[in-house]
Parts: sequence; C-alpha cells; structure tokens
Amino acid sequence: MKLTFSIRGVGALLVAAALLFAPLILAEQNYLLRVLITGITYAIAVYGLNIILGFTGQLSLAHGGFFGIGVYTMGLLTTDYDWSFWGALLAAIVLTTVVGFLAGLLALRTREAYFAVFTMALGLIIYMIISRWEDVTHAYSGVLGVKLPENIGPLDFSEPATYYYLLLVFLAAAAYVTYTLRVSNVGRRLLAIRTSEDLASSIGINVGLNKQLAFTASAGFAGLGGALFASAEGFIGPNSSSIDLTFELLMFLLVGGVATVMGPIVGTLLVLALFEAFQDFQAYRFILLGPVIIALVIYAPQGLIGRLNELTLRWKRRRAAAPKTPAGPPDSDSPADPNDEKAEVR
Amino acid sequence: MTLFVQQFFNGLSLGGVYCLAAIGLTLVFGVLRIPNLAHGALYMVGAYLTYFFLTSAGVPYILAIALAALVLAGIGIGMERVVFHPLRNAPHTHHMIAAAGAMFFLHSLIQAIWGADFRRMESPITGRVEILGTQVSWQRVTIVITAVVVLIALTWFIKRTVHGQSIEAVEQDRVGASLVGINPNRVSMLTFGLAAALVAVAAGLVAPINLLYPTMGDVIMVKVFAIIILGGLGSIPGAIVGGFTLGMAEVMATTYVSAVAGEVIAFVVLILVLAIRPTGLLTKAVQR
Repeated sequence: MKLTFSIRGVGALLVAAALLFAPLILAEQNYLLRVLITGITYAIAVYGLNIILGFTGQLSLAHGGFFGIGVYTMGLLTTDYDWSFWGALLAAIVLTTVVGFLAGLLALRTREAYFAVFTMALGLIIYMIISRWEDVTHAYSGVLGVKLPENIGPLDFSEPATYYYLLLVFLAAAAYVTYTLRVSNVGRRLLAIRTSEDLASSIGINVGLNKQLAFTASAGFAGLGGALFASAEGFIGPNSSSIDLTFELLMFLLVGGVATVMGPIVGTLLVLALFEAFQDFQAYRFILLGPVIIALVIYAPQGLIGRLNELTLRWKRRRAAAPKTPAGPPDSDSPADPNDEKAEVR
Repeated sequence: MTLFVQQFFNGLSLGGVYCLAAIGLTLVFGVLRIPNLAHGALYMVGAYLTYFFLTSAGVPYILAIALAALVLAGIGIGMERVVFHPLRNAPHTHHMIAAAGAMFFLHSLIQAIWGADFRRMESPITGRVEILGTQVSWQRVTIVITAVVVLIALTWFIKRTVHGQSIEAVEQDRVGASLVGINPNRVSMLTFGLAAALVAVAAGLVAPINLLYPTMGDVIMVKVFAIIILGGLGSIPGAIVGGFTLGMAEVMATTYVSAVAGEVIAFVVLILVLAIRPTGLLTKAVQR
C-alpha cells in the first residue's frame, strides 16, 4: 500500500517539479511558455470535465459551452464594462456555476445517451447565443484587450512567467480538489453512481443530489478555465465556445486518463505538444488524431495515467505475492509463483 | 396565402431531408443502442461526394446522389467494423467518444481534399413549377418526390424483405434474434450501411440549396437528434413524423417570427421534450 502510494506520489512530484521549473528552462522561449499557459487553462477545464465524466460516468458535451461562458464573462466585463480582472474572474466562476446548476436541473433528469445529446444541444445553444448576439458579444469580430490580472504588490502579471505561476496555483487547486474527491466519501459516492445508479440508490446514496453537485462543480471549473484562458490570450472569439472545443477537452482527458488525478494535466500537455509538433498542417491534424482517439478508446480506454496506475498496482501485487525470503532471484519452481501469476492476470 | 403555400412546400422539402437523415440515426440507435455522433459527418461527406460526382465526374444529378449513397454505404460499413464493433461491450461513453474521433477525422479529411472554404453546388435542376398559384422550384419538388420514393422503398425493404425484417428483429431483441439464427453482426453492418446511404441521399438532395463546408453536418446532427428524441429513439414512424414536423416548424418560425427563431426551434424542442419526458416523447419503454 505504502509503496504504491509513493510511486504515484513520486510521479505527481515529478510533474509538479517539471511545471514549477518550466519558466526557468523556457526562459528564452516565450512562445513555448505561452503554449504552456494556454495548456494549463485548458487543463483546469479538463479537471472540470473529469468530475462529471470520470467520477459520475456521465458524458457531458456542454463543457465547451461552459468554457465559453467563462471566456466571455471575463472578456466582456474587463473590456466593455471595465471591471478589474479579479472581479471578472469571480463573476465568471459564479455565472458558470449558476448556469451549470440550472442546466443540471434539467439535464440530469436524463441519463446516458440522452444526457450526452441533451448537453450537446445545450453546448450548441450557448455557442449560438455567443456567436449571434452581436450587440453584447460582438459575435465573430471578437473583442481585443482582455485584461491581465492587476499587480499585487511586487507581482507584475504582465510578465508571462508571473502569470504562469498564478495559473499554476489554480491548477494545483483543481488537482487538489480532484485528489480529495478521489479519497473522500463524496468521491466514493460518485464512483458508486458511475458503477450503477440503481445499486447506488439502493444503498442510500442520493443519486440526484450527488450528480447535481458534480455537474455544478464541473461547470464551475470549466468556467474558471475559460476566464483564465481569455485573460491569457487577450482576445476572445466564438470559437472558444464551440463543440470542437468540447471534443478537444474530451480528448485531453481521454489521453491522460479518466478519473485520475494527474490525467487531465498530463493528457492536455501531451496532446498540445503533439498539436505543436504537427503545427504545419494544423487544420488536418485530426486526420491523424481522429484515429488516435478511436484507437485509444478501443485499446487503452484507461488513458496514460490510468495505465500507469494499473502497472504500479500490478507491480505492488507481485511484490506482495513474492515470497518473504530475503533478496535473491525468485525461483521459478517456488510455490509462490503460481499465486503470483494469478494475481497478475486478475 | 401565396406566401403560406410557398413556405409549406419549403417546409415539406426540408422535412423530407430531415426524415431521411433521421431514419438512419434512429435505425442505428435501434439496432446498436448507441447515438452515432458521426452521423452529421457522414451527411457532410455525402454532400461533398455528390458535389464531386456532379461537377468533377460530370454524372447526372440523381445518378451522382446514388453513387454518393453507394460510397457512403461502404464508409458506414467500414465504420461499423473498425470503430463500433470492437466497442460493442464497452461502456456507452466509449462509443460516443470514438464516434467523435471519427467525426473529426472526416472533417479533416474533407478539408484536406476540398479545403475549408464554402462551396456552392449549382442546382442541376432549374426552373419553377406553378402549384396552387405560387412558384415552387423544381429542386424542391424533386426533394419531396425523392424523399417520398425513398421512404416507401425503405418501408417496403424493412417490412417485406428478409434482410429488413432481420433489422427489426435485432432491434426488438438482440439475443432473441440470434437465437433464431439471425447474425447480429451482419445486421449491424447492414444497418450502418443503410443509415449512411440514407443520410447521403438527404445531403445530396439539399446540397444545391445550402452551401457546402466541412462542419455543415454539426448543426443538422443536433436537429436530427431532436427529431428522433421527439419521435422516440429507434422508431421509424416517429422519425418520419418528427422530421416533417420539425421541418415545417422551422420554416414557419423563420417566415412568421424571425430567422433566429427558425434556427433555435429544434433546440428548444429538444430541451422541452427532454425536460418533460427525459426518455423521449414517444418511447415505447425505458431502455436501461
């Protein structure tokens, strides 16, 4: 038990350290730092998607829309209405959470395929409002000059590295919430719902309430990611709320690993790195990535981190099953081995 | 009155297109119990293939649609084999994610071949005909006639032929159907091929009226989902009624209320129906 935990812990620490030192390593390469900044804003939204898809097993296709609400709240409030960054950030989180709550009231009456279709329609409605309501959102012309955070004391957020560290704080918060969720009762309830709603309600879990909470929180994170994205980019346009974005977020999550703590950030950065590698034919990247998604779902639905977790678990079991005799090459004829094999096959 | 009659025919032709697109989706849902999120992309590919056969290969219009339908049937069968068959025992979210992957792949592929720009397909059927004192374009008349012919042929196929009846049998009970010797795999392939061919016909018919672009299928897919949820997932009569209802409602709302009203009415219908009856309006039984 302890060993597994430490392996996962070391992995998480490595990722955290890499993220912490990235600005120092990339000091000369502002472009890559900007990619990283965008990636982190996406990753925060992916943590949101992870709560509803990973923990409760409901496929929400409205998350691009929630992201867009965050983007536009931040973008419009800090330009047309001249709010401060922090005020707009708070407003974005509150608004997406409220919209998520209200949407959840209707959407969660449905389940499985119906839920996916319903949320897809919801996402499209949000996109249509944003791309058609020209008086307020400026539609396709977009808005320039979204504010960066105001300086706090000596912290100057117009410096990319400083803004990057601010984002890292939010990212850590999102990862921490996911982690506590995984080990808490709430998280276990959600996982029980994912396994079987009927079974969960039969042992006294309030399925409706828990799904509602998960969906609301999930929308809030997507909105937070969107608001930070708007500020980082400085420009907003309707594409940041499109259904394509929903599917990109979904792919990030899938590559990293559904229902894992480190999956969203690792998956997002990995896929974005791939995007950058294929930058020359950016518009056609899905010719390659589409089949990659399909192959992932068929052959590795647990994602990269999910796979690693499985491997560490298997390794731990093998060690536990190994004879207690002190070191030395395991004897292939020893009676412990058949157990070992069984444990491995599971 | 003339305006109404004209809009009535517009609604009828739009409804015919929606029907053809919706039946494919509802058939696939009935047989495989999955919402195929790549259906809109198949529609788009159908439109582009019709465009290709018509303008580049120079075959006559109706033949171009038929050829596109044939190619699409092949793509549909391939998709069932490569994407959905390996996932037949996976959780439902996996199908939808894989379908989304297929959708993106088709978007990118078409964009790589024909570019992201809007394309206009010149209507090969010109002229107008006078019906009840108003001018209706031959194109729309063709749409309505073709849709009705295809619908009749489809009904005949499903109700009167062995292959069609095997689709219905698997829809009703997959295990039971295989017990009496029907191969569910073959039926799945047949259904996918049929669905793709139907959606290609829909796209080919409407292509001269609308513009062609790689994401043209996205919005229509949600509308088609609205139709089949309205009509009950898996129900063919439901898809036909729902298709004509939505087509008519959309045209009338555009004419008498506003363009935006016409555009959002499908989504409003979808939200309302699912808010009132979360399992769809005309569903026979709750599917778990």
